[in-house]
Amino acid sequence: MAVQLEFLKSILYFSDLGLAELESISKIAFEKTADRAEMVLLEGEPAANLYFVASGVVKVFKTSAEGKEQILSIVRPGESFNDVPIFDGGPNPVSAQTMGPVLLYGIKKNDMETIIENHPQIALNVIKVLASRVRHLVSLVEDLSFKHVIGRVAKILLEHIRDEIGRGPRLTQQEMAAMAGTAREVVGRSLKALEEEGVIKLDRHRIIITDKEALQKIMEEPS
Amino acid sequence: MAEMPVIDPEKCDGCGLCVGVCHLNALAIVNNVITIIETVECDWCTDCELVCPTGAISCPFEIILQEP
Repeated sequence: MAVQLEFLKSILYFSDLGLAELESISKIAFEKTADRAEMVLLEGEPAANLYFVASGVVKVFKTSAEGKEQILSIVRPGESFNDVPIFDGGPNPVSAQTMGPVLLYGIKKNDMETIIENHPQIALNVIKVLASRVRHLVSLVEDLSFKHVIGRVAKILLEHIRDEIGRGPRLTQQEMAAMAGTAREVVGRSLKALEEEGVIKLDRHRIIITDKEALQKIMEEPS
Repeated sequence: MAEMPVIDPEKCDGCGLCVGVCHLNALAIVNNVITIIETVECDWCTDCELVCPTGAISCPFEIILQEP
Protein backbone atom coordinates (compact mmCIF):
# COMPACT_ATOMS: atom_id res chain seq x y z
CA MET A 1 0.00 0.00 0.00
CA ALA A 2 1.39 3.40 -0.94
CA VAL A 3 2.34 5.76 1.81
CA GLN A 4 -0.17 8.58 2.32
CA LEU A 5 0.97 11.82 0.71
CA GLU A 6 -0.66 13.89 3.42
CA PHE A 7 1.45 12.13 6.02
CA LEU A 8 4.66 12.55 4.02
CA LYS A 9 3.95 16.27 3.69
CA SER A 10 3.61 16.54 7.49
CA ILE A 11 7.16 15.22 7.97
CA LEU A 12 9.72 18.00 8.28
CA TYR A 13 12.09 16.18 5.90
CA PHE A 14 9.62 16.44 3.03
CA SER A 15 7.58 19.52 3.97
CA ASP A 16 8.95 21.64 1.09
CA LEU A 17 8.19 19.14 -1.66
CA GLY A 18 5.40 19.35 -4.21
CA LEU A 19 2.83 16.68 -5.02
CA ALA A 20 4.85 15.03 -7.81
CA GLU A 21 7.94 14.67 -5.64
CA LEU A 22 5.90 13.34 -2.72
CA GLU A 23 4.32 10.78 -5.02
CA SER A 24 7.71 9.53 -6.13
CA ILE A 25 8.83 9.20 -2.50
CA SER A 26 5.61 7.42 -1.53
CA LYS A 27 6.44 4.72 -4.05
CA ILE A 28 9.87 4.16 -2.51
CA ALA A 29 8.74 4.17 1.14
CA PHE A 30 7.43 0.98 2.70
CA GLU A 31 5.09 0.24 5.59
CA LYS A 32 6.08 -1.70 8.65
CA THR A 33 3.75 -2.55 11.50
CA ALA A 34 4.81 -3.76 14.93
CA ASP A 35 3.05 -4.73 18.14
CA ARG A 36 3.77 -3.50 21.64
CA ALA A 37 7.29 -4.00 22.99
CA GLU A 38 8.81 -5.13 19.68
CA MET A 39 12.44 -4.23 19.08
CA VAL A 40 12.63 -2.26 15.85
CA LEU A 41 16.37 -1.51 16.05
CA LEU A 42 19.18 -3.18 17.93
CA GLU A 43 22.21 -1.20 19.04
CA GLY A 44 25.37 -2.19 17.17
CA GLU A 45 23.62 -3.78 14.21
CA PRO A 46 24.03 -2.45 10.66
CA ALA A 47 21.55 0.30 9.82
CA ALA A 48 19.37 -0.44 6.85
CA ASN A 49 16.41 1.94 7.00
CA LEU A 50 15.32 5.38 8.07
CA TYR A 51 11.97 5.24 9.88
CA PHE A 52 9.12 7.69 10.32
CA VAL A 53 6.43 7.03 12.91
CA ALA A 54 2.96 7.22 11.30
CA SER A 55 1.03 6.12 14.39
CA GLY A 56 1.98 4.99 17.88
CA VAL A 57 5.13 5.73 19.85
CA VAL A 58 8.69 4.38 19.71
CA LYS A 59 11.22 4.56 22.54
CA VAL A 60 14.87 5.14 21.57
CA PHE A 61 17.34 4.09 24.23
CA LYS A 62 20.75 2.73 25.15
CA THR A 63 21.38 -0.14 27.53
CA SER A 64 24.41 -0.40 29.81
CA ALA A 65 26.43 -3.59 30.31
CA GLU A 66 24.49 -4.06 33.59
CA GLY A 67 21.20 -3.86 31.72
CA LYS A 68 20.27 -0.34 32.84
CA GLU A 69 18.27 1.57 30.29
CA GLN A 70 18.60 5.25 29.46
CA ILE A 71 15.84 6.63 27.26
CA LEU A 72 17.26 9.10 24.76
CA SER A 73 14.05 10.11 23.05
CA ILE A 74 10.37 9.34 22.59
CA VAL A 75 9.45 9.34 18.91
CA ARG A 76 5.88 10.37 18.13
CA PRO A 77 3.89 10.48 14.86
CA GLY A 78 5.57 12.60 12.19
CA GLU A 79 9.02 12.18 13.72
CA SER A 80 11.90 10.06 12.48
CA PHE A 81 14.48 7.78 14.05
CA ASN A 82 17.67 6.04 12.93
CA ASP A 83 18.71 9.19 11.03
CA VAL A 84 22.32 9.22 12.24
CA PRO A 85 23.53 5.82 10.98
CA ILE A 86 21.64 6.27 7.71
CA PHE A 87 23.74 9.34 6.96
CA ASP A 88 27.10 8.42 8.55
CA GLY A 89 27.09 4.78 7.44
CA GLY A 90 27.88 3.40 10.90
CA PRO A 91 25.93 0.81 12.91
CA ASN A 92 22.82 1.66 14.95
CA PRO A 93 24.05 3.74 17.90
CA VAL A 94 20.84 2.99 19.83
CA SER A 95 18.05 0.47 20.19
CA ALA A 96 14.41 1.27 19.47
CA GLN A 97 11.34 -0.45 20.87
CA THR A 98 7.64 0.13 20.28
CA MET A 99 5.59 1.34 23.25
CA GLY A 100 2.32 0.10 21.77
CA PRO A 101 1.11 -0.96 18.32
CA VAL A 102 2.85 1.20 15.71
CA LEU A 103 2.78 1.92 12.02
CA LEU A 104 6.12 2.97 10.60
CA TYR A 105 7.11 4.17 7.16
CA GLY A 106 10.62 3.16 6.21
CA ILE A 107 12.99 4.31 3.51
CA LYS A 108 16.05 2.23 2.67
CA LYS A 109 19.44 3.86 3.19
CA ASN A 110 20.34 3.86 -0.52
CA ASP A 111 16.90 5.16 -1.49
CA MET A 112 17.26 8.05 0.96
CA GLU A 113 20.56 9.02 -0.64
CA THR A 114 18.92 8.99 -4.07
CA ILE A 115 16.00 11.09 -2.79
CA ILE A 116 18.41 13.74 -1.49
CA GLU A 117 20.39 13.72 -4.75
CA ASN A 118 17.18 14.21 -6.74
CA HIS A 119 15.66 16.76 -4.35
CA PRO A 120 18.55 18.68 -2.78
CA GLN A 121 16.17 21.05 -0.98
CA ILE A 122 15.51 18.15 1.43
CA ALA A 123 19.09 18.43 2.67
CA LEU A 124 18.38 21.66 4.54
CA ASN A 125 15.48 20.02 6.38
CA VAL A 126 17.63 16.99 7.19
CA ILE A 127 20.19 19.38 8.71
CA LYS A 128 17.42 21.01 10.79
CA VAL A 129 16.28 17.61 12.09
CA LEU A 130 19.84 16.51 12.89
CA ALA A 131 20.65 19.86 14.55
CA SER A 132 17.63 19.61 16.81
CA ARG A 133 18.67 16.03 17.65
CA VAL A 134 22.18 17.25 18.58
CA ARG A 135 20.72 20.01 20.75
CA HIS A 136 18.53 17.52 22.63
CA LEU A 137 21.43 15.10 23.13
CA VAL A 138 23.82 17.86 24.30
CA SER A 139 21.27 18.78 26.95
CA LEU A 140 20.99 15.13 28.01
CA VAL A 141 24.79 14.76 28.15
CA GLU A 142 24.90 17.80 30.42
CA ASP A 143 22.30 16.26 32.73
CA LEU A 144 23.97 12.87 32.86
CA SER A 145 27.58 14.06 33.10
CA PHE A 146 27.65 17.18 35.21
CA LYS A 147 24.62 17.10 37.45
CA HIS A 148 24.30 15.02 40.57
CA VAL A 149 20.69 14.37 39.69
CA ILE A 150 20.19 11.45 42.06
CA GLY A 151 21.11 13.71 45.01
CA ARG A 152 18.64 16.32 43.84
CA VAL A 153 15.88 13.75 43.43
CA ALA A 154 16.67 12.51 46.96
CA LYS A 155 16.33 16.09 48.23
CA ILE A 156 13.01 16.58 46.43
CA LEU A 157 11.64 13.35 47.94
CA LEU A 158 12.74 14.33 51.45
CA GLU A 159 11.21 17.79 51.12
CA HIS A 160 7.82 16.50 49.95
CA ILE A 161 7.03 13.73 52.40
CA ARG A 162 3.36 13.64 53.37
CA ASP A 163 2.73 14.59 56.98
CA GLU A 164 0.94 12.45 59.56
CA ILE A 165 -2.50 13.49 58.37
CA GLY A 166 -1.70 12.89 54.72
CA ARG A 167 -1.06 16.46 53.65
CA GLY A 168 1.58 17.23 51.08
CA PRO A 169 1.85 17.68 47.35
CA ARG A 170 1.77 14.81 44.91
CA LEU A 171 4.51 15.09 42.33
CA THR A 172 4.78 13.76 38.81
CA GLN A 173 8.13 12.74 37.35
CA GLN A 174 7.82 15.76 35.06
CA GLU A 175 7.46 18.06 38.06
CA MET A 176 10.42 16.43 39.82
CA ALA A 177 12.46 16.91 36.63
CA ALA A 178 11.57 20.60 36.52
CA MET A 179 12.57 20.97 40.19
CA ALA A 180 15.85 19.10 39.67
CA GLY A 181 16.63 21.01 36.47
CA THR A 182 16.85 17.86 34.43
CA ALA A 183 14.94 15.72 31.94
CA ARG A 184 12.07 13.44 32.94
CA GLU A 185 14.01 10.46 31.56
CA VAL A 186 16.82 11.16 34.04
CA VAL A 187 14.39 11.34 36.98
CA GLY A 188 12.90 7.98 36.02
CA ARG A 189 16.34 6.44 36.04
CA SER A 190 17.23 8.09 39.38
CA LEU A 191 14.09 6.69 41.02
CA LYS A 192 14.96 3.22 39.75
CA ALA A 193 18.52 3.60 41.05
CA LEU A 194 17.23 4.68 44.49
CA GLU A 195 14.92 1.68 44.54
CA GLU A 196 17.81 -0.65 43.63
CA GLU A 197 19.83 0.84 46.49
CA GLY A 198 16.97 -0.07 48.81
CA VAL A 199 16.26 3.45 50.08
CA ILE A 200 12.86 3.84 48.45
CA LYS A 201 10.15 1.50 47.21
CA LEU A 202 7.89 2.29 44.27
CA ASP A 203 4.40 1.02 45.05
CA ARG A 204 2.02 2.12 42.28
CA HIS A 205 1.36 5.82 42.95
CA ARG A 206 3.38 5.82 46.16
CA ILE A 207 7.07 6.40 46.67
CA ILE A 208 7.78 4.90 50.06
CA ILE A 209 10.97 6.08 51.72
CA THR A 210 12.26 2.95 53.41
CA ASP A 211 15.62 4.32 54.63
CA LYS A 212 15.45 8.04 55.35
CA GLU A 213 19.02 8.25 56.70
CA ALA A 214 20.50 6.64 53.60
CA LEU A 215 18.43 8.98 51.41
CA GLN A 216 19.79 11.95 53.35
CA LYS A 217 23.35 10.71 52.80
CA ILE A 218 22.73 10.43 49.05
CA MET A 219 21.35 13.95 49.10
CA GLU A 220 24.46 15.28 50.83
CA GLU A 221 26.97 13.54 48.55
CA PRO A 222 29.07 16.07 46.62
CA SER A 223 28.47 16.31 42.88
CA MET B 1 -11.68 3.04 43.80
CA ALA B 2 -8.06 2.61 42.82
CA GLU B 3 -5.94 5.68 42.27
CA MET B 4 -5.73 6.48 38.55
CA PRO B 5 -3.78 8.93 36.35
CA VAL B 6 -5.26 12.41 36.08
CA ILE B 7 -6.40 13.84 32.74
CA ASP B 8 -6.75 17.53 31.99
CA PRO B 9 -9.46 17.57 29.28
CA GLU B 10 -8.55 21.13 28.32
CA LYS B 11 -5.02 20.08 27.40
CA CYS B 12 -5.99 16.76 25.78
CA ASP B 13 -6.14 16.98 21.99
CA GLY B 14 -7.43 13.41 21.60
CA CYS B 15 -4.37 12.17 19.72
CA GLY B 16 -4.72 8.77 21.41
CA LEU B 17 -1.01 8.01 21.85
CA CYS B 18 -1.63 7.13 25.52
CA VAL B 19 -4.35 4.63 24.57
CA GLY B 20 -1.87 2.75 22.40
CA VAL B 21 0.85 2.55 25.04
CA CYS B 22 -1.37 1.51 27.99
CA HIS B 23 -0.67 -2.19 28.39
CA LEU B 24 -3.67 -2.62 30.72
CA ASN B 25 -6.13 -0.91 28.37
CA ALA B 26 -7.08 1.51 31.11
CA LEU B 27 -7.52 4.43 28.70
CA ALA B 28 -10.04 5.06 25.94
CA ILE B 29 -11.06 7.93 23.68
CA VAL B 30 -14.61 9.12 24.37
CA ASN B 31 -15.91 12.14 22.44
CA ASN B 32 -12.38 12.90 21.28
CA VAL B 33 -11.06 13.16 24.83
CA ILE B 34 -9.07 10.55 26.73
CA THR B 35 -11.06 8.87 29.47
CA ILE B 36 -9.91 6.60 32.25
CA ILE B 37 -11.60 3.23 32.53
CA GLU B 38 -11.79 3.06 36.27
CA THR B 39 -12.67 -0.59 36.45
CA VAL B 40 -9.15 -1.40 35.31
CA GLU B 41 -6.40 -1.13 37.86
CA CYS B 42 -3.47 0.90 36.60
CA ASP B 43 0.03 -0.26 37.60
CA TRP B 44 1.44 3.29 37.39
CA CYS B 45 4.00 2.56 34.69
CA THR B 46 3.60 6.27 33.75
CA ASP B 47 4.09 5.55 30.04
CA CYS B 48 0.89 7.50 29.25
CA GLU B 49 2.36 10.59 30.94
CA LEU B 50 5.68 10.03 29.15
CA VAL B 51 4.20 9.91 25.64
CA CYS B 52 1.54 12.63 26.01
CA PRO B 53 2.66 15.47 23.72
CA THR B 54 0.49 18.11 25.41
CA GLY B 55 1.11 17.29 29.08
CA ALA B 56 -2.55 16.42 29.57
CA ILE B 57 -1.93 13.27 31.61
CA SER B 58 -0.27 13.21 34.98
CA CYS B 59 0.67 10.29 37.17
CA PRO B 60 1.47 12.00 40.46
CA PHE B 61 3.24 10.18 43.29
CA GLU B 62 2.57 10.49 47.00
CA ILE B 63 5.82 10.48 48.92
CA ILE B 64 5.47 8.74 52.25
CA LEU B 65 7.78 7.60 54.99
CA GLN B 66 7.67 3.93 55.88
CA GLU B 67 6.41 3.36 59.41
CA PRO B 68 9.31 2.36 61.63
